[in-house]
Amino acid sequence: MAVVKADLAACQGYANCVVGAEDVFDIDDDGIVVLLKTTIPDADRTRVEEAARSCPVSALVIEDD
Amino acid sequence: MARTVIVGASVGGVRTAQALRAAGYPGEIALIGDEDVPPYDKPPLSKALLAGTATLDSVGLLTAEAAAAAGIELVLGSPATRLDRKQHQVLLADGTAEPYDALVIATGARPRPSPWGTPRGVHVVRTLADARALAAALRAGGPLVVVGAGFIGAEVAATALGLGLDDVTVVDPMSVPLSRVLNPEVATIFGTLHAERGVSARFGVGVTDIREIPAGLEVGLDDGTVLPAATVVVGIGAVPNDDWLADSGIATEDGVLCDRFCRSVSDPHVWAVGDVSRWWHPGHGQTMRLEHWTNAVEQAVVVAHNITHPHELRSHAPVEYVWSDQYDWKIQLVGRTGGELAHVRVDGTNPHRSFAVLYSDESDRFVGALVVNWPKALITCRRVLTKTATEPAPVGQVHTLVENARPPARAAS
Ligand SMILES: Cc1cc2nc3c(=O)[nH]c(=O)nc-3n(C[C@H](O)[C@H](O)[C@H](O)COP(=O)(O)OP(=O)(O)OC[C@H]3O[C@@H](n4cnc5c(N)ncnc54)[C@H](O)[C@@H]3O)c2cc1C
Repeated sequence: MAVVKADLAACQGYANCVVGAEDVFDIDDDGIVVLLKTTIPDADRTRVEEAARSCPVSALVIEDD
Repeated sequence: MARTVIVGASVGGVRTAQALRAAGYPGEIALIGDEDVPPYDKPPLSKALLAGTATLDSVGLLTAEAAAAAGIELVLGSPATRLDRKQHQVLLADGTAEPYDALVIATGARPRPSPWGTPRGVHVVRTLADARALAAALRAGGPLVVVGAGFIGAEVAATALGLGLDDVTVVDPMSVPLSRVLNPEVATIFGTLHAERGVSARFGVGVTDIREIPAGLEVGLDDGTVLPAATVVVGIGAVPNDDWLADSGIATEDGVLCDRFCRSVSDPHVWAVGDVSRWWHPGHGQTMRLEHWTNAVEQAVVVAHNITHPHELRSHAPVEYVWSDQYDWKIQLVGRTGGELAHVRVDGTNPHRSFAVLYSDESDRFVGALVVNWPKALITCRRVLTKTATEPAPVGQVHTLVENARPPARAAS
Protein backbone atom coordinates (compact mmCIF):
# COMPACT_ATOMS: atom_id res chain seq x y z
CA MET A 1 0.00 0.00 0.00
CA ALA A 2 0.96 3.60 -0.57
CA VAL A 3 -0.55 6.91 0.55
CA VAL A 4 -1.30 10.02 -1.50
CA LYS A 5 -0.68 13.45 -0.02
CA ALA A 6 -1.82 16.74 -1.50
CA ASP A 7 -0.43 20.19 -0.83
CA LEU A 8 -3.69 22.14 -0.89
CA ALA A 9 -1.91 25.50 -0.72
CA ALA A 10 0.16 24.70 -3.81
CA CYS A 11 -2.75 23.33 -5.88
CA GLN A 12 -3.79 25.61 -8.74
CA GLY A 13 -6.67 23.58 -10.12
CA TYR A 14 -4.98 22.66 -13.40
CA ALA A 15 -6.79 19.29 -13.15
CA ASN A 16 -4.15 17.10 -14.80
CA CYS A 17 -4.42 14.69 -11.85
CA VAL A 18 -8.15 14.22 -12.44
CA VAL A 19 -7.55 13.33 -16.05
CA GLY A 20 -4.80 10.91 -14.99
CA ALA A 21 -6.69 9.15 -12.17
CA GLU A 22 -10.28 10.24 -11.69
CA ASP A 23 -10.90 7.52 -9.12
CA VAL A 24 -8.40 9.21 -6.80
CA PHE A 25 -8.54 12.93 -7.56
CA ASP A 26 -11.29 15.48 -8.02
CA ILE A 27 -11.38 19.28 -7.98
CA ASP A 28 -13.85 21.33 -5.93
CA ASP A 29 -15.68 24.52 -6.91
CA ASP A 30 -12.71 26.61 -5.80
CA GLY A 31 -10.34 24.64 -7.98
CA ILE A 32 -8.64 22.79 -5.13
CA VAL A 33 -7.85 19.09 -5.32
CA VAL A 34 -10.03 16.66 -3.37
CA LEU A 35 -8.61 13.23 -2.54
CA LEU A 36 -11.31 10.62 -3.14
CA LYS A 37 -9.10 8.08 -1.41
CA THR A 38 -5.76 8.32 0.31
CA THR A 39 -4.48 4.76 0.30
CA ILE A 40 -3.49 3.27 -3.00
CA PRO A 41 -3.18 -0.46 -3.59
CA ASP A 42 0.16 -1.49 -5.09
CA ALA A 43 -1.51 -2.50 -8.34
CA ASP A 44 -2.59 1.12 -8.94
CA ARG A 45 0.57 2.77 -7.76
CA THR A 46 2.28 3.36 -11.12
CA ARG A 47 -0.83 4.87 -12.64
CA VAL A 48 -1.46 7.17 -9.67
CA GLU A 49 2.21 8.19 -9.55
CA GLU A 50 1.99 9.09 -13.20
CA ALA A 51 -1.05 11.25 -12.46
CA ALA A 52 0.85 12.89 -9.59
CA ARG A 53 3.84 13.60 -11.82
CA SER A 54 1.52 15.37 -14.25
CA CYS A 55 0.82 18.07 -11.65
CA PRO A 56 2.35 21.31 -12.96
CA VAL A 57 3.04 22.58 -9.43
CA SER A 58 4.15 19.27 -7.86
CA ALA A 59 1.35 19.43 -5.30
CA LEU A 60 0.96 15.64 -5.08
CA VAL A 61 3.20 12.96 -3.60
CA ILE A 62 2.83 9.23 -3.25
CA GLU A 63 4.64 7.72 -0.28
CA ASP A 64 5.08 4.26 1.18
CA ASP A 65 2.56 3.60 3.88
CA MET B 1 23.67 -2.91 -20.97
CA ALA B 2 21.07 -0.99 -22.96
CA ARG B 3 21.45 2.78 -22.79
CA THR B 4 18.96 5.55 -23.45
CA VAL B 5 20.28 9.03 -24.06
CA ILE B 6 17.86 11.91 -23.61
CA VAL B 7 18.95 15.27 -25.03
CA GLY B 8 17.28 18.25 -23.37
CA ALA B 9 16.84 18.38 -19.60
CA SER B 10 13.64 20.32 -19.03
CA VAL B 11 10.18 18.91 -18.46
CA GLY B 12 10.07 16.68 -21.57
CA GLY B 13 13.49 15.14 -20.91
CA VAL B 14 13.15 14.82 -17.14
CA ARG B 15 9.71 13.25 -17.34
CA THR B 16 10.90 10.78 -20.00
CA ALA B 17 13.73 9.66 -17.72
CA GLN B 18 11.37 9.27 -14.74
CA ALA B 19 8.75 7.49 -16.82
CA LEU B 20 11.38 5.06 -18.16
CA ARG B 21 12.21 4.07 -14.59
CA ALA B 22 8.52 3.86 -13.69
CA ALA B 23 8.04 1.54 -16.67
CA GLY B 24 10.83 -0.68 -15.35
CA TYR B 25 13.52 0.24 -17.88
CA PRO B 26 16.56 -1.73 -16.76
CA GLY B 27 19.27 0.03 -18.75
CA GLU B 28 21.34 3.18 -18.26
CA ILE B 29 19.75 6.58 -18.69
CA ALA B 30 21.78 9.70 -19.50
CA LEU B 31 20.01 13.06 -19.43
CA ILE B 32 21.92 15.75 -21.29
CA GLY B 33 21.28 19.46 -20.84
CA ASP B 34 23.12 22.47 -22.20
CA GLU B 35 22.50 24.68 -19.17
CA ASP B 36 24.65 24.28 -16.09
CA VAL B 37 21.80 24.63 -13.60
CA PRO B 38 19.77 21.64 -12.42
CA PRO B 39 16.65 20.98 -14.52
CA TYR B 40 13.86 23.49 -13.90
CA ASP B 41 10.38 24.22 -15.11
CA LYS B 42 9.43 26.94 -17.59
CA PRO B 43 5.83 28.10 -16.85
CA PRO B 44 6.79 30.02 -13.67
CA LEU B 45 9.37 32.07 -15.61
CA SER B 46 6.72 34.53 -16.81
CA LYS B 47 4.68 34.26 -13.60
CA ALA B 48 5.82 33.51 -10.04
CA LEU B 49 9.56 33.48 -10.75
CA LEU B 50 9.37 36.81 -12.54
CA ALA B 51 7.22 38.17 -9.73
CA GLY B 52 9.81 37.02 -7.19
CA THR B 53 7.45 34.68 -5.35
CA ALA B 54 9.17 31.51 -6.62
CA THR B 55 12.84 30.56 -6.44
CA LEU B 56 15.04 28.20 -8.44
CA ASP B 57 14.42 25.56 -5.76
CA SER B 58 10.67 25.80 -6.03
CA VAL B 59 10.72 25.50 -9.83
CA GLY B 60 13.25 22.63 -9.88
CA LEU B 61 12.29 19.44 -11.73
CA LEU B 62 15.04 17.04 -10.64
CA THR B 63 17.71 17.49 -8.00
CA ALA B 64 21.10 15.80 -8.28
CA GLU B 65 20.09 13.55 -5.35
CA ALA B 66 16.80 12.53 -6.94
CA ALA B 67 18.58 11.81 -10.22
CA ALA B 68 21.18 9.65 -8.49
CA ALA B 69 18.49 7.80 -6.54
CA ALA B 70 16.62 7.00 -9.76
CA GLY B 71 19.76 5.95 -11.62
CA ILE B 72 19.61 8.89 -14.00
CA GLU B 73 23.00 10.23 -15.05
CA LEU B 74 22.75 14.04 -15.35
CA VAL B 75 25.18 15.44 -17.92
CA LEU B 76 24.86 19.22 -17.66
CA GLY B 77 26.59 22.25 -19.11
CA SER B 78 27.44 21.25 -22.66
CA PRO B 79 25.04 21.20 -25.62
CA ALA B 80 24.68 18.29 -28.00
CA THR B 81 26.04 19.50 -31.32
CA ARG B 82 25.79 16.44 -33.58
CA LEU B 83 24.04 13.16 -33.94
CA ASP B 84 26.13 10.39 -35.48
CA ARG B 85 23.63 7.65 -36.30
CA LYS B 86 26.20 5.32 -37.86
CA GLN B 87 28.11 5.13 -34.59
CA HIS B 88 24.94 5.41 -32.49
CA GLN B 89 26.27 8.35 -30.53
CA VAL B 90 25.54 11.95 -29.65
CA LEU B 91 28.46 14.37 -29.69
CA LEU B 92 28.62 17.20 -27.19
CA ALA B 93 30.31 20.59 -27.61
CA ASP B 94 32.93 19.66 -25.01
CA GLY B 95 34.02 16.69 -27.15
CA THR B 96 32.26 13.94 -25.19
CA ALA B 97 30.55 11.17 -27.15
CA GLU B 98 27.41 9.66 -25.58
CA PRO B 99 26.59 6.22 -27.03
CA TYR B 100 22.93 5.18 -27.17
CA ASP B 101 20.62 2.33 -28.07
CA ALA B 102 17.60 4.62 -27.89
CA LEU B 103 17.81 8.38 -28.32
CA VAL B 104 15.13 10.78 -27.11
CA ILE B 105 15.22 14.29 -28.52
CA ALA B 106 13.75 16.76 -26.00
CA THR B 107 15.55 19.95 -26.96
CA GLY B 108 12.41 22.09 -26.87
CA ALA B 109 12.16 25.44 -28.51
CA ARG B 110 13.71 28.88 -28.30
CA PRO B 111 12.14 32.31 -28.71
CA ARG B 112 11.68 33.52 -32.25
CA PRO B 113 14.42 36.14 -32.43
CA SER B 114 13.59 39.84 -32.46
CA PRO B 115 13.53 41.05 -36.08
CA TRP B 116 14.28 44.54 -34.71
CA GLY B 117 17.66 43.66 -33.24
CA THR B 118 18.54 43.31 -29.58
CA PRO B 119 19.83 46.57 -28.22
CA ARG B 120 20.38 46.67 -24.43
CA GLY B 121 17.02 46.49 -22.69
CA VAL B 122 15.41 44.11 -25.18
CA HIS B 123 14.50 40.78 -23.57
CA VAL B 124 12.99 37.38 -24.36
CA VAL B 125 11.72 34.86 -21.77
CA ARG B 126 12.66 31.20 -22.17
CA THR B 127 15.38 30.36 -19.67
CA LEU B 128 16.01 31.00 -16.01
CA ALA B 129 18.76 33.43 -17.01
CA ASP B 130 16.28 35.30 -19.23
CA ALA B 131 13.73 35.53 -16.43
CA ARG B 132 16.30 36.72 -13.89
CA ALA B 133 17.61 39.40 -16.24
CA LEU B 134 14.07 40.58 -16.96
CA ALA B 135 13.13 40.54 -13.27
CA ALA B 136 16.11 42.78 -12.50
CA ALA B 137 15.19 45.15 -15.34
CA LEU B 138 11.57 45.39 -14.17
CA ARG B 139 12.65 46.17 -10.64
CA ALA B 140 14.32 49.30 -12.06
CA GLY B 141 10.90 50.47 -13.28
CA GLY B 142 9.14 51.20 -16.57
CA PRO B 143 8.07 51.99 -19.11
CA LEU B 144 7.71 48.42 -20.35
CA VAL B 145 6.68 47.59 -23.90
CA VAL B 146 5.68 43.97 -24.60
CA VAL B 147 5.71 43.00 -28.26
CA GLY B 148 3.31 40.10 -28.85
CA ALA B 149 -0.01 39.46 -27.09
CA GLY B 150 0.24 35.67 -26.94
CA PHE B 151 0.34 33.79 -23.65
CA ILE B 152 3.87 34.75 -22.62
CA GLY B 153 3.52 38.43 -23.58
CA ALA B 154 0.23 38.74 -21.73
CA GLU B 155 1.63 37.01 -18.65
CA VAL B 156 4.70 39.23 -18.58
CA ALA B 157 2.53 42.36 -18.85
CA ALA B 158 0.29 41.12 -16.02
CA THR B 159 3.25 40.21 -13.80
CA ALA B 160 4.93 43.58 -14.45
CA LEU B 161 1.77 45.38 -13.40
CA GLY B 162 1.69 43.29 -10.24
CA LEU B 163 5.29 44.39 -9.56
CA GLY B 164 4.07 47.97 -9.49
CA LEU B 165 4.98 49.18 -12.98
CA ASP B 166 2.38 51.68 -14.07
CA ASP B 167 3.43 52.19 -17.66
CA VAL B 168 2.99 48.86 -19.45
CA THR B 169 1.99 48.60 -23.12
CA VAL B 170 1.27 45.48 -25.14
CA VAL B 171 1.64 45.76 -28.91
CA ASP B 172 0.40 43.21 -31.41
CA PRO B 173 -0.23 43.47 -35.15
CA MET B 174 -3.44 41.45 -34.75
CA SER B 175 -6.56 43.28 -33.60
CA VAL B 176 -7.01 41.08 -30.50
CA PRO B 177 -4.75 39.15 -28.08
CA LEU B 178 -4.34 35.34 -28.26
CA SER B 179 -5.30 35.43 -31.92
CA ARG B 180 -3.57 32.13 -32.66
CA VAL B 181 -5.91 30.16 -30.40
CA LEU B 182 -9.12 32.20 -30.14
CA ASN B 183 -11.57 33.76 -32.56
CA PRO B 184 -11.76 37.58 -32.39
CA GLU B 185 -15.18 37.75 -30.67
CA VAL B 186 -13.87 35.71 -27.74
CA ALA B 187 -10.30 37.02 -27.76
CA THR B 188 -11.52 40.57 -27.32
CA ILE B 189 -12.53 39.67 -23.74
CA PHE B 190 -8.83 39.46 -22.93
CA GLY B 191 -8.16 42.80 -24.59
CA THR B 192 -10.74 44.29 -22.24
CA LEU B 193 -9.11 42.50 -19.30
CA HIS B 194 -5.76 44.18 -20.03
CA ALA B 195 -7.41 47.57 -20.38
CA GLU B 196 -9.38 47.18 -17.15
CA ARG B 197 -6.24 46.29 -15.24
CA GLY B 198 -4.38 49.29 -16.57
CA VAL B 199 -2.20 47.84 -19.34
CA SER B 200 -2.37 49.94 -22.50
CA ALA B 201 -3.07 47.80 -25.51
CA ARG B 202 -1.96 48.76 -29.00
CA PHE B 203 -3.63 46.05 -31.06
CA GLY B 204 -3.69 46.06 -34.83
CA VAL B 205 -0.40 47.93 -35.14
CA GLY B 206 2.98 46.49 -35.99
CA VAL B 207 6.43 47.37 -34.70
CA THR B 208 8.71 48.98 -37.28
CA ASP B 209 11.88 49.29 -35.25
CA ILE B 210 13.45 49.42 -31.82
CA ARG B 211 16.02 52.21 -31.34
CA GLU B 212 18.52 52.87 -28.61
CA ILE B 213 18.42 56.47 -27.38
CA PRO B 214 20.37 58.08 -24.54
CA ALA B 215 17.38 57.73 -22.18
CA GLY B 216 16.73 54.06 -23.03
CA LEU B 217 14.74 52.67 -25.93
CA GLU B 218 12.15 53.79 -28.43
CA VAL B 219 9.72 51.43 -30.12
CA GLY B 220 8.42 52.69 -33.47
CA LEU B 221 4.96 51.56 -34.57
CA ASP B 222 3.63 51.44 -38.10
CA ASP B 223 0.96 54.04 -37.36
CA GLY B 224 3.75 56.52 -36.66
CA THR B 225 3.56 56.37 -32.86
CA VAL B 226 6.81 56.13 -30.90
CA LEU B 227 6.67 54.43 -27.49
CA PRO B 228 9.45 55.23 -25.01
CA ALA B 229 10.67 52.17 -23.10
CA ALA B 230 13.17 51.25 -20.43
CA THR B 231 12.55 47.58 -21.20
CA VAL B 232 11.10 45.77 -24.21
CA VAL B 233 10.01 42.12 -24.10
CA VAL B 234 9.70 40.36 -27.44
CA GLY B 235 7.24 37.45 -27.22
CA ILE B 236 6.45 36.57 -30.80
CA GLY B 237 6.49 32.78 -30.68
CA ALA B 238 9.08 30.03 -30.55
CA VAL B 239 11.03 27.89 -32.98
CA PRO B 240 12.02 24.26 -32.32
CA ASN B 241 15.62 23.43 -31.41
CA ASP B 242 16.17 20.89 -34.18
CA ASP B 243 19.09 22.51 -36.01
CA TRP B 244 21.70 20.41 -34.21
CA LEU B 245 20.29 17.45 -36.17
CA ALA B 246 20.86 19.16 -39.53
CA ASP B 247 23.44 16.71 -40.94
CA SER B 248 22.09 13.62 -39.16
CA GLY B 249 19.58 12.46 -41.76
CA ILE B 250 16.75 12.83 -39.21
CA ALA B 251 13.84 14.46 -41.03
CA THR B 252 12.73 17.78 -39.56
CA GLU B 253 9.98 20.15 -40.64
CA ASP B 254 9.43 22.79 -38.00
CA GLY B 255 10.23 20.04 -35.45
CA VAL B 256 11.46 16.44 -35.56
CA LEU B 257 9.07 14.54 -37.83
CA CYS B 258 7.64 11.54 -36.01
CA ASP B 259 5.03 8.86 -36.52
CA ARG B 260 2.05 8.30 -34.23
CA PHE B 261 4.35 6.57 -31.73
CA CYS B 262 6.54 9.71 -31.47
CA ARG B 263 9.35 7.85 -33.23
CA SER B 264 11.40 9.62 -35.88
CA VAL B 265 10.17 8.78 -39.37
CA SER B 266 13.86 8.43 -40.32
CA ASP B 267 15.14 6.12 -37.58
CA PRO B 268 13.32 3.66 -35.29
CA HIS B 269 15.89 4.22 -32.51
CA VAL B 270 15.17 7.93 -32.29
CA TRP B 271 12.17 9.51 -30.54
CA ALA B 272 11.07 13.09 -29.89
CA VAL B 273 9.00 14.59 -27.07
CA GLY B 274 7.78 18.05 -26.11
CA ASP B 275 8.06 21.33 -27.97
CA VAL B 276 10.55 19.91 -30.52
CA SER B 277 8.34 16.99 -31.59
CA ARG B 278 6.14 17.14 -34.68
CA TRP B 279 4.27 13.88 -34.59
CA TRP B 280 1.31 12.34 -36.40
CA HIS B 281 -1.82 12.79 -34.25
CA PRO B 282 -3.95 9.79 -35.29
CA GLY B 283 -7.16 11.39 -33.99
CA HIS B 284 -6.66 14.60 -35.95
CA GLY B 285 -5.16 12.90 -39.01
CA GLN B 286 -2.31 15.38 -39.30
CA THR B 287 1.09 16.14 -37.85
CA MET B 288 1.23 18.64 -35.05
CA ARG B 289 3.70 20.32 -32.75
CA LEU B 290 2.42 21.63 -29.42
CA GLU B 291 4.11 24.04 -27.06
CA HIS B 292 2.14 22.96 -24.02
CA TRP B 293 3.55 21.71 -20.73
CA THR B 294 1.00 18.91 -20.36
CA ASN B 295 1.72 17.59 -23.84
CA ALA B 296 5.43 17.26 -23.00
CA VAL B 297 4.54 15.25 -19.88
CA GLU B 298 2.04 12.98 -21.63
CA GLN B 299 4.32 12.44 -24.60
CA ALA B 300 7.18 11.53 -22.24
CA VAL B 301 5.05 8.76 -20.75
CA VAL B 302 4.15 7.43 -24.21
CA VAL B 303 7.77 7.43 -25.40
CA ALA B 304 9.00 5.75 -22.21
CA HIS B 305 6.34 3.07 -22.67
CA ASN B 306 7.28 2.56 -26.30
CA ILE B 307 10.99 2.24 -25.55
CA THR B 308 10.28 -0.36 -22.88
CA HIS B 309 7.50 -2.17 -24.82
CA PRO B 310 8.68 -2.36 -28.43
CA HIS B 311 6.00 -4.91 -29.27
CA GLU B 312 3.08 -2.98 -27.75
CA LEU B 313 3.62 0.50 -29.16
CA ARG B 314 1.20 3.17 -27.95
CA SER B 315 -0.01 6.08 -30.08
CA HIS B 316 0.10 9.63 -28.75
CA ALA B 317 -3.37 11.09 -29.32
CA PRO B 318 -3.82 13.69 -26.58
CA VAL B 319 -6.62 16.13 -25.96
CA GLU B 320 -4.69 19.40 -26.12
CA TYR B 321 -4.56 21.34 -22.84
CA VAL B 322 -2.85 24.60 -22.02
CA TRP B 323 -3.32 27.06 -19.20
CA SER B 324 -2.26 30.64 -18.75
CA ASP B 325 -2.39 32.65 -15.53
CA GLN B 326 -2.91 36.35 -16.15
CA TYR B 327 -3.58 38.76 -13.28
CA ASP B 328 -5.91 36.75 -11.02
CA TRP B 329 -7.49 34.95 -13.97
CA LYS B 330 -6.98 31.29 -14.84
CA ILE B 331 -7.39 30.85 -18.55
CA GLN B 332 -7.54 27.27 -19.82
CA LEU B 333 -7.92 25.82 -23.29
CA VAL B 334 -8.81 22.22 -24.06
CA GLY B 335 -9.08 20.49 -27.42
CA ARG B 336 -9.53 22.60 -30.54
CA THR B 337 -10.55 26.25 -30.22
CA GLY B 338 -10.80 29.38 -32.33
CA GLY B 339 -10.51 29.48 -36.09
CA GLU B 340 -13.68 28.75 -38.01
CA LEU B 341 -15.33 26.68 -35.28
CA ALA B 342 -18.80 27.61 -34.02
CA HIS B 343 -18.93 28.70 -30.40
CA VAL B 344 -21.40 29.18 -27.59
CA ARG B 345 -20.73 30.95 -24.32
CA VAL B 346 -21.91 29.62 -20.94
CA ASP B 347 -21.76 31.99 -17.98
CA GLY B 348 -20.40 30.94 -14.61
CA THR B 349 -21.53 32.27 -11.24
CA ASN B 350 -19.96 35.66 -11.82
CA PRO B 351 -20.18 36.10 -15.60
CA HIS B 352 -17.81 39.03 -15.55
CA ARG B 353 -14.96 36.72 -14.57
CA SER B 354 -16.10 33.11 -14.86
CA PHE B 355 -17.35 31.61 -18.09
CA ALA B 356 -16.78 28.86 -20.62
CA VAL B 357 -16.87 28.96 -24.40
CA LEU B 358 -17.70 25.66 -26.09
CA TYR B 359 -16.44 25.08 -29.63
CA SER B 360 -18.10 22.74 -32.09
CA ASP B 361 -17.52 21.55 -35.65
CA GLU B 362 -19.84 21.77 -38.66
CA SER B 363 -21.83 18.77 -37.34
CA ASP B 364 -22.41 20.48 -33.94
CA ARG B 365 -20.01 18.11 -32.26
CA PHE B 366 -18.06 19.38 -29.23
CA VAL B 367 -14.34 19.66 -30.05
CA GLY B 368 -12.87 22.08 -27.52
CA ALA B 369 -13.38 24.78 -24.92
CA LEU B 370 -12.02 27.92 -23.35
CA VAL B 371 -12.66 27.94 -19.61
CA VAL B 372 -11.98 30.96 -17.42
CA ASN B 373 -12.00 30.85 -13.61
CA TRP B 374 -14.38 27.90 -13.47
CA PRO B 375 -12.68 24.68 -12.30
CA LYS B 376 -15.72 22.39 -12.53
CA ALA B 377 -16.43 23.43 -16.10
CA LEU B 378 -12.80 22.71 -16.97
CA ILE B 379 -13.04 19.21 -15.51
CA THR B 380 -16.31 18.58 -17.30
CA CYS B 381 -14.90 19.63 -20.67
CA ARG B 382 -11.65 17.68 -20.25
CA ARG B 383 -13.52 14.55 -19.17
CA VAL B 384 -15.94 14.71 -22.07
CA LEU B 385 -13.21 15.35 -24.63
CA THR B 386 -11.03 12.54 -23.27
CA LYS B 387 -13.90 10.06 -23.35
CA THR B 388 -15.32 11.08 -26.71
CA ALA B 389 -12.05 11.41 -28.60
CA THR B 390 -13.12 9.05 -31.35
CA GLU B 391 -16.80 9.98 -31.34
CA PRO B 392 -17.35 13.60 -30.30
CA ALA B 393 -20.43 14.41 -28.20
CA PRO B 394 -23.21 16.74 -29.39
CA VAL B 395 -22.36 20.23 -28.14
CA GLY B 396 -25.89 20.70 -26.73
CA GLN B 397 -25.35 17.81 -24.37
CA VAL B 398 -22.06 19.28 -23.15
CA HIS B 399 -23.74 22.67 -22.72
CA THR B 400 -26.14 21.09 -20.21
CA LEU B 401 -23.30 19.34 -18.36
CA VAL B 402 -21.41 22.61 -18.05
CA GLU B 403 -24.54 24.48 -16.87
CA ASN B 404 -24.88 21.85 -14.16
CA ALA B 405 -21.26 22.42 -13.13
CA ARG B 406 -22.08 25.98 -12.06
CA PRO B 407 -21.47 26.37 -8.35
CA PRO B 408 -24.28 27.79 -6.23
CA ALA B 409 -24.07 31.58 -5.95
CA ARG B 410 -22.47 32.61 -2.71
CA ALA B 411 -23.50 35.59 -0.64
CA ALA B 412 -20.90 38.30 -0.95
CA SER B 413 -18.70 38.15 2.10
C1 LIG C 1 7.92 31.60 -20.06
C2 LIG C 1 7.12 30.40 -20.41
C3 LIG C 1 5.86 30.21 -19.83
C4 LIG C 1 5.09 29.09 -20.15
N1 LIG C 1 3.88 28.93 -19.55
C5 LIG C 1 3.12 27.85 -19.84
C6 LIG C 1 1.85 27.66 -19.23
O1 LIG C 1 1.41 28.48 -18.43
N2 LIG C 1 1.15 26.55 -19.54
C7 LIG C 1 1.59 25.62 -20.43
O2 LIG C 1 0.91 24.64 -20.70
N3 LIG C 1 2.80 25.78 -21.04
C8 LIG C 1 3.56 26.87 -20.76
N4 LIG C 1 4.78 27.03 -21.37
C9 LIG C 1 5.23 26.01 -22.33
C10 LIG C 1 5.95 24.86 -21.63
O3 LIG C 1 6.82 25.35 -20.67
C11 LIG C 1 6.69 24.05 -22.68
O4 LIG C 1 5.74 23.43 -23.49
C12 LIG C 1 7.61 23.01 -22.05
O5 LIG C 1 8.63 23.63 -21.33
C13 LIG C 1 8.20 22.10 -23.12
O6 LIG C 1 9.15 21.29 -22.55
P1 LIG C 1 10.34 20.66 -23.39
O7 LIG C 1 11.13 19.87 -22.40
O8 LIG C 1 9.81 20.03 -24.59
O9 LIG C 1 11.18 21.89 -23.93
P2 LIG C 1 11.97 23.06 -23.19
O10 LIG C 1 11.26 23.43 -21.94
O11 LIG C 1 12.22 24.09 -24.21
O12 LIG C 1 13.33 22.38 -22.76
C14 LIG C 1 14.31 21.98 -23.67
C15 LIG C 1 15.62 21.90 -22.93
O13 LIG C 1 16.62 21.43 -23.82
C16 LIG C 1 17.78 22.22 -23.72
N5 LIG C 1 18.50 22.14 -25.01
C17 LIG C 1 18.18 22.76 -26.17
N6 LIG C 1 19.07 22.42 -27.13
C18 LIG C 1 19.96 21.58 -26.57
C19 LIG C 1 21.11 20.88 -27.06
N7 LIG C 1 21.51 20.97 -28.33
N8 LIG C 1 21.80 20.08 -26.19
C20 LIG C 1 21.39 19.96 -24.88
N9 LIG C 1 20.31 20.60 -24.38
C21 LIG C 1 19.61 21.39 -25.22
C22 LIG C 1 17.25 23.59 -23.39
O14 LIG C 1 18.21 24.42 -22.76
C23 LIG C 1 16.11 23.25 -22.44
O15 LIG C 1 16.55 23.14 -21.11
C24 LIG C 1 5.57 28.15 -21.07
C25 LIG C 1 6.83 28.34 -21.67
C26 LIG C 1 7.60 29.45 -21.34
C27 LIG C 1 8.94 29.63 -21.99
